[in-house]
This record gives sequence, structure tokens and C-alpha cells, in this order.
Amino acid sequence: MSNSTVSRAATEPDPEPERPPVRGRVPRPRSRSRRRGDPRLRGGVTFRHRLRRDRFLILMTLPCIAALLVFAYIPIAGNVIAFQYFSPYAGDGFFESMANSAWVGLEQFDRMINDSYFWDALQNTLVFSALQLVFFFPVPIALAILINSILHSKVRAWAQAVLYLPHFFSWVLVITVFQQILGGAGLVAQSLRDNGWDDGFDLMTDPGFFKFLITFQVIWKDAGWGIIVFLAALSTINQELYESAAVDGAGRWRRIWHITLPALRPVIALLLVLQVGNMLTVGMEQFMIQRTAVGPGAAEVLDTYVWNTGIQNGQFSYAAAIGIVKGVFSLLLVLAANRVAHAMGEQGVYKRS
Amino acid sequence: MSDTSVLVEDDEEIGRRRRPPWEEQPTKVGLTAKGVILGIALLAILFPLWIVVVTSLSDAETISRAGGLVVWPDGFSLAAYRELLSGGQVARSMVIAVGITVVGTVFSMTISVLAAYGLSRMGSLWHRPLLMTLLATMFFGGAGLIPSYLLIQTLGLMNSYAALILPMAVNVFNILVLRAFFMNVGQEIVDSARIDGAGEFRILWGIVLPLSRAVLAVISLFYAVGYWSNWFNGFIYIQDQEKLPLQNVLQQIVIEGERPAGMAQVIGTGQIPSLAVQTAVMVLALLPVAVLSPFVQRHFKKGMLIGAVKG
Repeated sequence: MSNSTVSRAATEPDPEPERPPVRGRVPRPRSRSRRRGDPRLRGGVTFRHRLRRDRFLILMTLPCIAALLVFAYIPIAGNVIAFQYFSPYAGDGFFESMANSAWVGLEQFDRMINDSYFWDALQNTLVFSALQLVFFFPVPIALAILINSILHSKVRAWAQAVLYLPHFFSWVLVITVFQQILGGAGLVAQSLRDNGWDDGFDLMTDPGFFKFLITFQVIWKDAGWGIIVFLAALSTINQELYESAAVDGAGRWRRIWHITLPALRPVIALLLVLQVGNMLTVGMEQFMIQRTAVGPGAAEVLDTYVWNTGIQNGQFSYAAAIGIVKGVFSLLLVLAANRVAHAMGEQGVYKRS
Repeated sequence: MSDTSVLVEDDEEIGRRRRPPWEEQPTKVGLTAKGVILGIALLAILFPLWIVVVTSLSDAETISRAGGLVVWPDGFSLAAYRELLSGGQVARSMVIAVGITVVGTVFSMTISVLAAYGLSRMGSLWHRPLLMTLLATMFFGGAGLIPSYLLIQTLGLMNSYAALILPMAVNVFNILVLRAFFMNVGQEIVDSARIDGAGEFRILWGIVLPLSRAVLAVISLFYAVGYWSNWFNGFIYIQDQEKLPLQNVLQQIVIEGERPAGMAQVIGTGQIPSLAVQTAVMVLALLPVAVLSPFVQRHFKKGMLIGAVKG
């Protein structure tokens, strides 16, 4: 299909010059046909004309739309197996199996409510999220204010380059780095041994410490990257505000409190809403990789539980049900957090309509 | 777009900064505190990387004398790298990872640039429904691990390199950033090109892309890092040991402590790979991103802000 269109375009003179394109929201002319409600007329241009004018633009989006249909929309729709006893052997391939599997209504969700492992995973997830909210969230804000106060351009550029770096490392790499420092054969254990304390120091396999370990890893990897959006917000502050505050006798800290932080408020509110919306998603790779070291009791979160019950144990319908519940609650959390942000006079993710 | 005024390149902005006359001179205590905090933050990132790199470049004797990781470089040796890169699993997984990254990034960028440009003109036919098709995935995505897995199976992509590329080929956030940039390109130039008879592909290739080099670099890096750093897809979709990309092999060697297949017994004698080998694999995994990202770094803020405002 695309071949024929492209070759036609090559041989035919372009129709564009005859009709300058219409961009933006063009007020519809009050022509007679408009009043009659002629469906072919939009913005004073016939559908045929618009199709001819925009056919290449539409064509350009098609590969992306196709990829999304296959790898995003089909999986979303595929979640209906949560209402089945899905058996991968019921047919040839996903769709045939789905057609042949029995429908059971809400039975999988019933099972979830009575599944203590599910509740444990949920509890773990919420604990990890809460720790990140308390310990991770303020770090980028403080770092951004610190970096912003550095006037020496070289120092500033280097500091930023170093702080951004860990964001680009894979989780495996971050975890191996932690392993080399805090693991049983790591640097800390090594120097403890050298100094005569041979108590088998190994924070990487300690289930009790695991929630803090996870939080440290997140801070190490992404706190530096998190400053970018705050730096951008800081660069928009009108410098005259600081000047007049200084003239009025506000010291350095008062200026941060009364000018810098209020200026960051919308960004902070936006990120908080997003963070709350992601409460039920805590870095999956991080947990999958370290699951064997600390045991599933400490490391099981909703995402790993979905993987474990679904892909490991073949209970596809049940795992899909957990996935659906997680997705729905995440969406509700965003909406609720956004509401709170609006109530506090902030914009949040979307504007109040 | 009203927010373009804030999109100053980092270095320009730094160059302009001076201490305004009304501001107090910094106190000694304040300066020291600032320096200490920043120093701790930078050390926390650089020191682990330092000992990993130094250990990977040390000879066996230095490592055993240090009793593990080496903090101060002493005996220099490339033995670990020579061993790893002379063939065997690590070398093969690196070739695979590089291949996936290059092919995937080109593929993703092609799709994304076309889609971003196709959606960059407000009021074009089907503009809204097409855009909504993209945006909706941001709200409903993330709940589809099980169906995705079954889909990959049904498509026959299990254990294929395509399974490492296709599921993550399109990133809607990246497309939105690109689109915001394309919408910002001066419409006068685009209009005059159109009057001169240039078609959409011509405008995109000849005018819009050359003007968007900065954002193209940033988004390419994002995609490349995504492919290079991905461990999860290799973990669930690849079964053959020989087809695993570097991140999965890194996990096996350092975290599981497995000996890489096809490695001679020269380094270390036990079952656990020597520290030099472990750290050398880590360096191989971090090298490309550590080398590439600083070059693109000064454009980050620009890209991220547009993304944050528009996304």
C-alpha cells in the first residue's frame, strides 16, 4: 500500500501549491452547507481535500500506530483472560486458546482476595513506595537548590555530568556495584576483615535491611537525574524577586523559603501526583534480580508476584487478574492525587476542566 | 508555545550567571558545608566506579594482596579483558547487545520521528484520534505483562532477537518530546518550502530534522540506553544461553557467580569467576553509556522540560 502511494507521489506533481494548507483551529465559515450540516465539510475544506492534503502525515503515523496496536493494545485487551480459566493448550496460539477457554466471571478476583501471598506482596509494595516517598523524593529538590547556588560554571557542569551518570546504568549494573561495596565479598566486608571484625558482614542478603537497600539503590541511581526538572523550573524564576526580597531584608534562607520553594511548588505537586500514581509499581528489575539473594518473603512485590504466578507457575488468568487490579488502582490513585493537588491550588497532571 | 523562553541551553545560562551586587558574600561555613555535601554526593557515585575500574585493570597478585577489591592501582594488567574479549560468552553477548542497540535505535527513531512529524500539525486530518491512540497507552499500559508474554509466544518470537526489540520499539514519551520540538520549528520556513513545492517527506528530511539535531541526539540516547540496559526482556524471552545479551550475562557472572561459558581456566581456579573478570564485565557494561551520555548531556534539560510541559 505504501509503495503505490510513494511512487504515485514521485510521478505526479504535488497538489500542495494550489491550496495553501490550513493549520490550527480554523473558524468554520457560516456557509449554507455548514448550516445544513453537510458532514463532508470541516473547517471549510472538504474531507476529500483534507485527506489529499494530509495523506502523507497520516501515512507517517501508521508504523507507530501499528506497533502500538500490536504491542500495547493487544496486550491491554488480552487482559480479558483474567475472567477465564485460560489454558495455553486450549488452542493454537494466544487468540485461539482464549476463544476456547472457559469463562468464569470474577472467580480469579475472588481467589485474590483470599490469597495471603497477594496481600503480603501488596504490603511489601506499599512499604517500598512509602520509603521512597519519604527518603528519595526530597533528595533531588535539595540537590537541585544546591547545584543552582553554585556560580562556578565548570564545577557546576562537572557536578551535573557526574550526577546524571548513574541514571543511564542498567539495574543489573547498579546492583552489581552495590554488591561489590556492601556484599559479603565487598569492600566494606573486606575492610572489616582487615581490621579484625570477621562477623560475616553482607547487607545484600539481609532480608530485614532489604527495604533500605532498595531505597539506597534508587537514590544512587536516580536522585541526580531527578534534579533536571527542578533546575529547569529554577531557571524560570524572575531574578528581580530575589533582589526585592533582599532589599526588604530577607536573608539567604528566607529567600529560599519564600521564593525558591514556592516557585518549585507546581513541579513538586506534579511529581508527587505521578509518584503516588506509581505507588503500586516499584522497579521490577531491581526486585527480580535480588529476589534469590534475600528470599521472596522480603522481595515479593506485586510485579514480581504477577511474573511468578503467571509466567513461572503458568496461572495466566490469575496473574492477569492481579495485573488488572494493579492497573485500575494505579489509575484511581492518580485521579485521587490529582484531585488533592487541585484542592491545594496546583495544576497536577491535567488541568481542571 | 509560550514556554520556549525558558528553554535556554545549559552552558549559555551558566556563562551568564554572576553574583548580583545585592547578594551577600558567602560565609566560610556555608561554602564549606556546600562543598562537603556536594563532595559526598559525587564521591558516592565516583568511588564505586573507581574501584570497579581499578580492580578490573589490576593483576591477580595485586588483587590477592588487597584481599579483594583494589582501591589504589598498583600492578596493571589487561588479562581479564583479553580473556573476556578473546571469544566465549561475554564477547558474544556484547556483540549481541551492540547489535540489538544499533538496530533497535535506528528502528525506533525511524518510527518515532515519522509519527512525531505526522502528528506535529494541529488540525490535520484525524490529528486528534491518532494522538489519542498514542496517549491512551500511557494510561492503560503497564498492566499487560502476562498477555504480552503470551503474545510474544504466539507470534513465534520466543528466543529470538526480535523479542528484545519489538516490545520496546515505541516509547510514547519520546515521541511527545520529538513532536513538541517539531511543532516549534519556525513555521515560516516550512511554509515557504511548501510553497516551493516540497512534500512532507522532503520538509521533514531537509528542514525539520537538521534543525532538531539536539533533540534527536537526546532521544536516540534514550532509546539506545533502553536497549543496551534492558535485562528483563532477555530474562523472560530468551532461553538459549548463547543468545543472551550482555546485561543478562553480567547478572549471571557477578550476581549468580557463574563462570562464563567458553572461558579458559587461566584466570582463577575455582568455580567462581575471579574479581578481575567480574569487574571487567561490569566495566564493559557501563562503558558505552558513560562515554556517550556526557556528549548529549547539555541538551538534556531542554528535552526534559518540553517533555514535562507537554507530556
